[in-house]
Amino acid sequence: MDLKGCSIVSIRDFPKEDIQAVVDKALEVKSGKWAGALDGKVLATLFFEPSTRTRLSFEGAMVSMGGRVIGFADPNISSAKKGESLADTIRTVTGYCDVIVMRHNIEGAARLASQVATVPVINAGDGSNQHPTQTFLDLATIQEEFGRLEGLKVGMLGDLKYGRTVHSLSLALALFGTKFSFIAPPSLRMPEYTLEQLKGADTSFIEIGDINELNDSLDVLYVTRIQKERFADFQEYERVAGAYRIGRDSLKLLGEEVRIMHPLPRVDEIVEDLDKTPNAIYFRQAHNGIPTRQALLGLVTGTIQ
Amino acid sequence: MTEDSKLKVYALESGTVIDHIPSPLALKVVEILGVQHEGIITIGINFPSSQLGRKDVVKVENLKLTPAVTDRMALVAPTATINIIEKSQVVEKRKIHIPNEFKGMLRCPNPNCVTNVEGVTTHFVREGEGSKPTVRCIYCERVYRQPGDLVV
Repeated sequence: MDLKGCSIVSIRDFPKEDIQAVVDKALEVKSGKWAGALDGKVLATLFFEPSTRTRLSFEGAMVSMGGRVIGFADPNISSAKKGESLADTIRTVTGYCDVIVMRHNIEGAARLASQVATVPVINAGDGSNQHPTQTFLDLATIQEEFGRLEGLKVGMLGDLKYGRTVHSLSLALALFGTKFSFIAPPSLRMPEYTLEQLKGADTSFIEIGDINELNDSLDVLYVTRIQKERFADFQEYERVAGAYRIGRDSLKLLGEEVRIMHPLPRVDEIVEDLDKTPNAIYFRQAHNGIPTRQALLGLVTGTIQ
Repeated sequence: MTEDSKLKVYALESGTVIDHIPSPLALKVVEILGVQHEGIITIGINFPSSQLGRKDVVKVENLKLTPAVTDRMALVAPTATINIIEKSQVVEKRKIHIPNEFKGMLRCPNPNCVTNVEGVTTHFVREGEGSKPTVRCIYCERVYRQPGDLVV
């Protein structure tokens, strides 16, 4: 795998071997092997949409490996506000830095940016489409827990219709022979077009409406937040959200060894009594954003091989 | 086309006959090919067809349409067959080739796609095989099952 000069736009662009190689590299970075690898490199962070964790994670990743960060976190101070096209903004910024990280509310913005930039572009979220670095850090966390990505039993719970993290993660895991259990209310099921693409060898899935319907224990349960704004009726939201809340009691159904993951922020879909159990790995998962993003920044700038 | 149906349509001395168009898409095909101002065009709708049940036929007089032009209808009428006529004889027969990529030919219905916001030329890739392909926008990555509806 040689990602030097490549943009990280979508998990779809990566064959299985490259996904595994990036995940392995992320854990290698975590072990401390590549300290200072980004020394002298400049990252431009273009956040056309507000973000706290992702932006801080990228900035922390860059700075703690010796690099520097320029950019903006508020689109109101960028030239987009003056009517400049996204392509022109990128054509300009590309001359100021070694790598660009961009979040935009428009879907496909990162692909467009990667086509006009002369430095690598890393997509930090484009609307409801892709957020590939989240997928890589999710995979690195799974690899760290199980020592492999191959052949795991993975449940995904909550809003599987609109959640971009579960779409990307399921596409990636499908390449590794995953047995999926998709657990969602009927109105928030995994989209048909995503299900149709889960065609890796030995991959299979079931769709159920409730964790009580699980007929086997899980290795991983990936929980997502059900958002109020998806429901016209508040009482209906309360009823549905209550049915998809995970706590210590849920472990009996999920299996005592299950790892619970969540892309965060959590509201109340994971009860806090779960936090102190060894099953809860969602904060460790968030912290893996640093080495994963360092690995990607190093790979695309050519400072990590 | 059977002898009977041939008689029902204006005979062509020179030009292009597009046969096996699923009904009732003949007018849409003429629009996609952009030949509506190119001389005499004869349109036949709802002919019986053993292959399609019903089919349409379009005859474009004195114009030999190249594959680059006729392949534009790949997503609307993938079953169509092309006959090039010279001196009342068929001199070339061909099928529609469904390309793997469609640049600037389709519009993305996703209002939040960058192609609808930044004026970028659309670019779709074919995903499905056979005569009913699906397409995926390379920008917003949405998949569409009725790509014929997206033709501009």
